[in-house]
Amino acid sequence: MLRRILREPLGAMGLILVVLVVVMALGADVLTSYAPNKISPADRFAPASFTHLLGTDQLGRDLFSRVLHGGRVALAIAIGSTFVSLVIGIVLGLIAGYGPRWLDNLLLLVFDAVKSFPTVMLALTLVTLTGPSLLAVVLVVVIVNVPGYARIIRTQTLVLRNAEHVLAARSMGAGTSRILRVHILPNIIGPILILASMDIPVVVAIEAGLSFLGMGVRPPTASWGTILNDGFANIRDSYWIVVAAGLPIILTTLGFTFLGESLRDLFDPRLKGRS
Amino acid sequence: MLQYALKRLGLGIIIVSVAMMMLFCMVYLIPGDPASVALGPRATPAMVESLRIRMGLDQPVWIQFLKFYGSLLRGDLGTEVLSGRPVLTVVMEQLPFTLALVVGGISWSVLLGVPLGCIAAVKRGGFADRVIGILSVAMIGVPSFVVAIYSLLIFAVALQWLPAIGAGEPGDIASRLRHLILPSFAVGVGWVGYIARMVRASMLETLESSHIRTARAFGLTERRIVYTYALRIAVLPTITLLGIGIGHMLSSAVFAEIVFARPGIGKLVYESISVRNYPIVSGAVLVTTIFFVLVNVIADILIGLLDPRVRASID
Repeated sequence: MLRRILREPLGAMGLILVVLVVVMALGADVLTSYAPNKISPADRFAPASFTHLLGTDQLGRDLFSRVLHGGRVALAIAIGSTFVSLVIGIVLGLIAGYGPRWLDNLLLLVFDAVKSFPTVMLALTLVTLTGPSLLAVVLVVVIVNVPGYARIIRTQTLVLRNAEHVLAARSMGAGTSRILRVHILPNIIGPILILASMDIPVVVAIEAGLSFLGMGVRPPTASWGTILNDGFANIRDSYWIVVAAGLPIILTTLGFTFLGESLRDLFDPRLKGRS
Repeated sequence: MLQYALKRLGLGIIIVSVAMMMLFCMVYLIPGDPASVALGPRATPAMVESLRIRMGLDQPVWIQFLKFYGSLLRGDLGTEVLSGRPVLTVVMEQLPFTLALVVGGISWSVLLGVPLGCIAAVKRGGFADRVIGILSVAMIGVPSFVVAIYSLLIFAVALQWLPAIGAGEPGDIASRLRHLILPSFAVGVGWVGYIARMVRASMLETLESSHIRTARAFGLTERRIVYTYALRIAVLPTITLLGIGIGHMLSSAVFAEIVFARPGIGKLVYESISVRNYPIVSGAVLVTTIFFVLVNVIADILIGLLDPRVRASID
């Protein structure tokens, strides 16, 4: 399978970038000797050099280190919130697809209503309630992603609901939870995982965006968004900070998007219509 | 046809109502009670109590909800905390700027996306096609605020070709447009990839169709065929895309307004949150949501008009 991914330029680039990002994030402590939050006013706004690979920011903190640690935050949030969204989405989708008609209609209505909010507006409103924090970011991501997953699971469940093997199981007395768990779920999980992997760059973007607005991860924690914010505020003094923060965001989103697209093309080209 | 339109409109109204309900729940779930939040930390208990009575917070929740709904329908979104001006007025003042950004974004998307998709279709399988394919995915992937900041850095700060801040002089159309170029590029670039892919796919489909083959048989030049006949048909599905895209472009517009320091709904909401001017936040979010649900409904009805297959699927 690896060879199939690597054969396409899109897949190859994507895989390389993703591996690069993951390795750098995991190896953050090993790859750099500077602590990400160590302030050193004497070295403010230093450009890229051999001592500071990406320069320093307005407080003299090494940017390379901050970027690497920011990668950890980004990946942790991306994987964590995608996982939570998947679980909730699958549960709700199964309920909508397999449960009574009125429940299905109600859930569909709620999903459509949530999707009608432009993402950032939803995010800003939620942050108004919870205050800026990591939790706010996760909450936003979950709320934004759940309707999409739930809808797909629901459609697939509706299709499988009347399939022969399900009818057979029901006639033998299988309870609802067994049917869902054993007969329906394993058949619908495939496309959803591919879609989820394509959502990872979106989640990284949401986290970075919210942190950039000051509504996500709080400073001084290094997150690509907060570094970008610092850089933007100090753009007249040094453009390095902005460049240093933007680069990992671009590489990560591009990498995961390329990888996700080639995975989807390989496994299920029918999904191509979904944007 | 009318039935489809009414159904779609009805669905839209229901969605907006549900959205209003959710907004009401959110606004009244603010930690601490809205009256003391509005008055700030130095308010005496007596002041808070009298504001509570004036805001109607002492009444049962469902009465509050009904009154909220009623005043919304009358167009009264409340007054903002800082200056006492009606929220609706404040929001309506800022809306045109955001709309201009979104329209600009759509223009950029179409301007870049349609030709790219066209070229990719005509040169199918060739180097240009593959490059455009990769570019499309790349443009979809990169977040818009990063594009905004980088284009600000490159075109406004480094090269100084375009202005970096604001919306331009009031009344001066040329200045307004110049200030619009870069921000709407940031807003629109994310959608270029989708449009290019859609145009490519539908062009490929159209170019194989029988009336195009007839045109070729008649001896019309390939160029004429592509640009005059095929393109017109191939462009139709992009309208659906744009309808979906407007919601996403609004999110990008919020970032663009903050990065380029432009007036608009996004900046309004962002600033209001920091000063805890909550009536504006809920009012602005509501107005924007209603607006975009409306746009989606109109887009869907338009699609239904243009493509009867879609009408059947809604039943």
